[in-house]
Amino acid sequence: MAQAAIELIGINKSFGAVRANRDINLEVARGTIHGIVGENGAGKSTLMSILYGFYQADSGEIRVGGKPVAINTSNDAIALGIGMVHQHFMLVDNFTVLENVILGAENDPLLKSSIAKARSELDRLEREYGLEVDPDAVIEELPVGLQQRVEILKALYRGAEILILDEPTGVLTPAEADHLFRILKQLKDQGKTIVLITHKLREIMAITDTVSVMRQGTMVATRVTKQTTVGELAELMVGRRVLLRVEKGQSEAGAIKLSVKNLTVKDSRGVTMVDNVSFDVRGGEIVGIAGVAGNGQSELLEAISGIRHAVSGEVMLDGKPIDLTGKADPGELRDRGLAHVPEDRHHVGLVLAFEENENSILGYHDDERYLKGLFLNVDAIMADAKDKIEKYDIRPGNPRLKTANFSGGNQQKIVLAREMEQDPGVLIVGQPTRGVDVGAIEFIHKRLIAMRDQGKAVLVVSVELDEIRSLSDRILVMFAGRVVGERGPEATEGELGLLMAGVEHQEAAE
Amino acid sequence: MSTPYAKLPAWADYGLIPLINLSVAFIVAGLVVVLVGENPFRAAVILVEGAFGKGTGIAFTLFYATTFIFTGLSVAVAAHCSLFNIGTEGQAYIGGLGIALVCLSLDSTLPWWLLFPLAIVASAAFGALWGFIPAYLQAKRGSHIVITTIMFNFIAASTMVYLLVGLLKPAGSQAPQTRNFVGGAELPKLNWVIELFGAKIRSAPLNICFLLALVMAFLVWLLIWRTKLGYEMRTYGHSPKAARYAGISETRIVLTAMMISGALAGMMALNPVMGDQHNVAIDFVSGAGYVGIAVALMGRLHPVGIVLAAILFGMLYQGGAELSFEMPSITRDMIVIIQGLVILFAGALEHMFRPYIQAIFASFSPKSVGMEAIKGKGA
Ligand SMILES: Nc1ncnc2c1ncn2[C@@H]1O[C@H](COP(=O)(O)OP(=O)(O)OP(=O)(O)O)[C@@H](O)[C@H]1O
Ligand SMILES: [Mg+2]
Repeated sequence: MAQAAIELIGINKSFGAVRANRDINLEVARGTIHGIVGENGAGKSTLMSILYGFYQADSGEIRVGGKPVAINTSNDAIALGIGMVHQHFMLVDNFTVLENVILGAENDPLLKSSIAKARSELDRLEREYGLEVDPDAVIEELPVGLQQRVEILKALYRGAEILILDEPTGVLTPAEADHLFRILKQLKDQGKTIVLITHKLREIMAITDTVSVMRQGTMVATRVTKQTTVGELAELMVGRRVLLRVEKGQSEAGAIKLSVKNLTVKDSRGVTMVDNVSFDVRGGEIVGIAGVAGNGQSELLEAISGIRHAVSGEVMLDGKPIDLTGKADPGELRDRGLAHVPEDRHHVGLVLAFEENENSILGYHDDERYLKGLFLNVDAIMADAKDKIEKYDIRPGNPRLKTANFSGGNQQKIVLAREMEQDPGVLIVGQPTRGVDVGAIEFIHKRLIAMRDQGKAVLVVSVELDEIRSLSDRILVMFAGRVVGERGPEATEGELGLLMAGVEHQEAAE
Repeated sequence: MSTPYAKLPAWADYGLIPLINLSVAFIVAGLVVVLVGENPFRAAVILVEGAFGKGTGIAFTLFYATTFIFTGLSVAVAAHCSLFNIGTEGQAYIGGLGIALVCLSLDSTLPWWLLFPLAIVASAAFGALWGFIPAYLQAKRGSHIVITTIMFNFIAASTMVYLLVGLLKPAGSQAPQTRNFVGGAELPKLNWVIELFGAKIRSAPLNICFLLALVMAFLVWLLIWRTKLGYEMRTYGHSPKAARYAGISETRIVLTAMMISGALAGMMALNPVMGDQHNVAIDFVSGAGYVGIAVALMGRLHPVGIVLAAILFGMLYQGGAELSFEMPSITRDMIVIIQGLVILFAGALEHMFRPYIQAIFASFSPKSVGMEAIKGKGA
């Protein structure tokens, strides 16, 4: 076996009462791709944060290239050639791509030579790995998919030999993910070592050499990828058999609950993002919107939920119009039975600095149940939060914990619990299972289907084709702001993939 | 996450760091004292004794603290809504105008316990109005609140000068101030409370506004952490996008937060005007609004912290006065320098030592890192 690039020996890490890592041993061979899988909150990100110097282990040893090392800050890690692409991007929103890439790697006070050097280096990296990004684009104006490329470029720019990727494909389309994997393979061929955390077992099978499974803070197994199966991994992760595709019965579509007519939305620069889109969602059906990220789905959701101004068109909720001037009161729409799980849970769906219980009422804080006159009914809020924690198996089950300290999947469950438990008539969901583990995906999908079976209208936007196909009763494909096709759930991945790439659409136009 | 360092436990966050900042401020101030050829240790003793040594000193310290509690709370309320209200100074000044109008017209007819509530309402209303205008300009027209509140300090100052040399000045008087209030406009003193503990007080302005300040501190705590409005303010303060999503109107929340902030600033005027001077004189706020910024930052925007920080600054004011009296080579200006140093280290450079302390914590006691989230209430 090749020499180990990284060895972790007996790593322990607790956060108060939560034991995030216990006695973890892990060895990653040089020049391989090593996968780490595990449920939400299993401790994967914590382990990698220890390796990257973000946290310090309570006990245990780290060896890099056979030598014991102390990694107290991420600068130590970078100096040892360890680079990390975080699950939650660590970019400065109002900096440009170039500025973000050199941030922390600047080496002259006026930045002139840094910038020049970075520009040519970026150019090379972008060409070499096909990571095209406009170096002068401002981060906050880039879609998430591109922001991630910047993260990867950042690590490569710092000369990473060992690259840790924490759920890199959570935000990517299948095509983008394939692209990423080609890059990773290329890096591996050049002798770099890659640690890949992902919830998508398919990706593990496709690209890793070895894979380790974590459960509730412990390392339960390590397998050679070729000698294991998706089923075995899922079972190891959750400790029980998992339905990888949720069963669902025939839908019984009822009356139209949500109707969108000729909706057109422009972004702040005046670019048309949603172009004359029309569709209906009936009670008792799930309509899925597939599409490559950045083709107008986000803007569509925002316009429907009253957050974004629409240029023209009409949206009817239960036969009554929604104010599309961008001045709609989302609170009023909630009262009318519209619940919204936004794509961006970190900035929109949650206030990360809040305690869990405070987030479990966000948007419903006007509700009498949570109030005593002008005051918050703290007891009721806590009881309600505990109730949701129980029902949705949110871990750790502490409603006083700061939301930022929950793992990604559990944060998503906090949002979903809040929105679903309000018993809305119409539920619109952006990326329902982004960053969520297989067990929780099963759970969330079951809940969404249960909502449907109760006669609710459900609109799902997801870049996961698998998810769209297994949930939806009807699939709409968006490309360049338009709905370019409607298919049934039996549509093949290839067929949808072509639509998503705009192929059919362009042919039709010619 | 923007810092590569982990979180500190609560006791370090709220205890150790302020202590370190304060110590550094005093060390640097000590160097200044050495420079003018005095003994810094004796100076420190005089300062502390001047502030807490005798009953009169304590009463003065708490009198100044009262003023700073109001302005500190004012800054903090706005800050929880991520609004940087630099206009506390002007809002307090205009609050004084409200008090003047009430007192001038009613001081000889009403007893203090009727006049005081009226004056509270008037000062709060005038301060709120002065906070409302910049808030409106930000919410509706996008003018930045930092700029507009600064400008409104100047407008307040000019307006008050205009009124105090004109309309409000008694005919024939030379001083730019209102006539002295009588009867009901003189608030009861609290000095007897200190005297209960055996200390003697010659004369000091500590008055019931101190109690009002403590009540307001409690109410601000309630507002921020226990009311729906406070919840909305904090939501907006942390993430305007989340607030938008949650149906919280930006205009409404910005206006409300700034009006509350302005009201608290306005109420500050009660303390010097009705508790001490019994008139409204030119420039009676004299920088207390700006001190409020330091007090709020040092108190970590929490009412308990603000009360403690306010007492600290009260001590600096009172002890500083004693110091310049006892050590003539230390002038009033030097006292201002020392106060400035405290503001600099405790307020503006609050984060200077933090990364180092975090790094030290990370390497010595890894277990405590990150626990804050579980132990500390989101206060
Ligand atoms: N700073 C922190 N303070 C307190 N608890 C924390 C902190 N960071 C993580 N935890 C807890 O430690 C456990 C492990 O979290 P971690 O983020 O490592 O999980 P994960 O395996 O990456 O999950 P996911 O797949 O959802 O990203 C969780 O229970 C989490 O709530
Ligand atoms: Mg994680």
